[in-house]
Amino acid sequence: MFNRFANPNRFLRLSRPLVPVMAWATVLLMAAGLYMTFFTAPADYQQGQSVRIMYVHVPSAWMGLFCYVGMAVAAAVGLIWRHSLADLVAKATAPIGAAFTFLSLVTGSLWGKPMWGTYWVWDARLTSMLVLLFLYLGYMALQNAFDDPERGFKASAILVLVGVINVPIIKFSVDWWNTLHQPASVIKAGGPSIHPSMLWPLLVMSLAFTTYYVWVLLLRVHAEIAASKIRALRMRQASA
Amino acid sequence: MKRKHKRLTFVVIALLLLAGAAALVLTAFEENIVFFHSPTDVVTKHPGPDRRLRLGGLVEEGSVEKEAGSAMVRFRITDLANSVPVVYQGILPDLFREGQGVVAEGRLRDGVFQADGVLAKHDENYMPPEVADALKQSGKWDEMSETMKRQGHVTKDGAK
Amino acid sequence: MDAVTDFLAMGGYAAFVWPCFAITAVVMVALLVQSLAALKSREATLRALQQAEEARPRRRRTPQAAPDSTPDTGAEVAREA
Repeated sequence: MFNRFANPNRFLRLSRPLVPVMAWATVLLMAAGLYMTFFTAPADYQQGQSVRIMYVHVPSAWMGLFCYVGMAVAAAVGLIWRHSLADLVAKATAPIGAAFTFLSLVTGSLWGKPMWGTYWVWDARLTSMLVLLFLYLGYMALQNAFDDPERGFKASAILVLVGVINVPIIKFSVDWWNTLHQPASVIKAGGPSIHPSMLWPLLVMSLAFTTYYVWVLLLRVHAEIAASKIRALRMRQASA
Repeated sequence: MKRKHKRLTFVVIALLLLAGAAALVLTAFEENIVFFHSPTDVVTKHPGPDRRLRLGGLVEEGSVEKEAGSAMVRFRITDLANSVPVVYQGILPDLFREGQGVVAEGRLRDGVFQADGVLAKHDENYMPPEVADALKQSGKWDEMSETMKRQGHVTKDGAK
Repeated sequence: MDAVTDFLAMGGYAAFVWPCFAITAVVMVALLVQSLAALKSREATLRALQQAEEARPRRRRTPQAAPDSTPDTGAEVAREA
């Protein structure tokens, strides 16, 4: 079922033109998003100007989760259908997701100090987000621990799939348990509880983060394809 | 069954088992995952003065008294069913105000919560100040703060 | 001038707001630059290897080496660069 895209050369041909499209989309959306963040979005009635941290914190956290789900789907496809391109996509996603998760933790910490009165607490939301960062780092470490990339992909795919259980825990931690972190504002039953003048900048920034993710993902997948070709060529030259 | 179908079935079954195990573990440790206890919990369970705990709820309207000349603050934390008096000496976070969610950390001594730390909790509502003022003027605010309380942590445990 | 100072002060939260945006920019730019550099260096290595392969006395390519090394790749990579 995935064989139509299995050929890395076809994938390269189809995805190369997307790179400049994503690059420009990221630059334009990021410029618009930053303009809205600092010039059109109002200060919050409770949090004042510190609410502007939300426009990087929330997209980072969303992308941290989104990348993990994408990585898990790719790893599962690689594991079940032995689709090597899916393995490469999972591998290429990990550092991007780790970067976003790291950013959401750091910006959240810098937001927590003035608002909550602390940089860090061990509540269910913050702790499960830290676990997500460790899952990314563990995935990357495990993959590099094998000399044979095939075995590395298999072992790390299992780790990613086990870690998927953390995703609903992160999302619903604020509903299931008492946490210091507030409940969801945007994706929740009954519609967002965030004023449109603040919701729009948030959505534009999130879109910018998404196109950035696709852009960097394509670059990294292309690099992984090149690396596997290099490996194949070197092996053939060695055996010739 | 083809090999890839076998692998698919295996992965799906393994994930289901894992989800079940995680749900069991999380239920078993619920008490430890909870970040704070509500005033109703504290009133009904009477934790001894040796136990450090976190008390969370709303700062009762009109209950905040600042002692002149010192950083001593007295207020009551309520979940709208029960309330507990709190004493605290130290710097309060910017979001600390009456009617807002807070989490105090400390010990309960003779019915008074001696806090050595106070954290502010904010709700999931974001809006510009003008909109908040307009809501207050049109009288929709009370309705909304009721919803906020319903959706927040406050009555969830109080109703238990 | 006052407007600029007010803006930079971020209502007293400058010490929290600006570092957030700074670290986000640094991390995102660094990841992008690293990804671009890795791609460029690998494509250069691949091109060099493929040229070495072309220069060698021709022998039949083993069909089972496909699809990772179909003959059109070299041309394609070279065109792109």
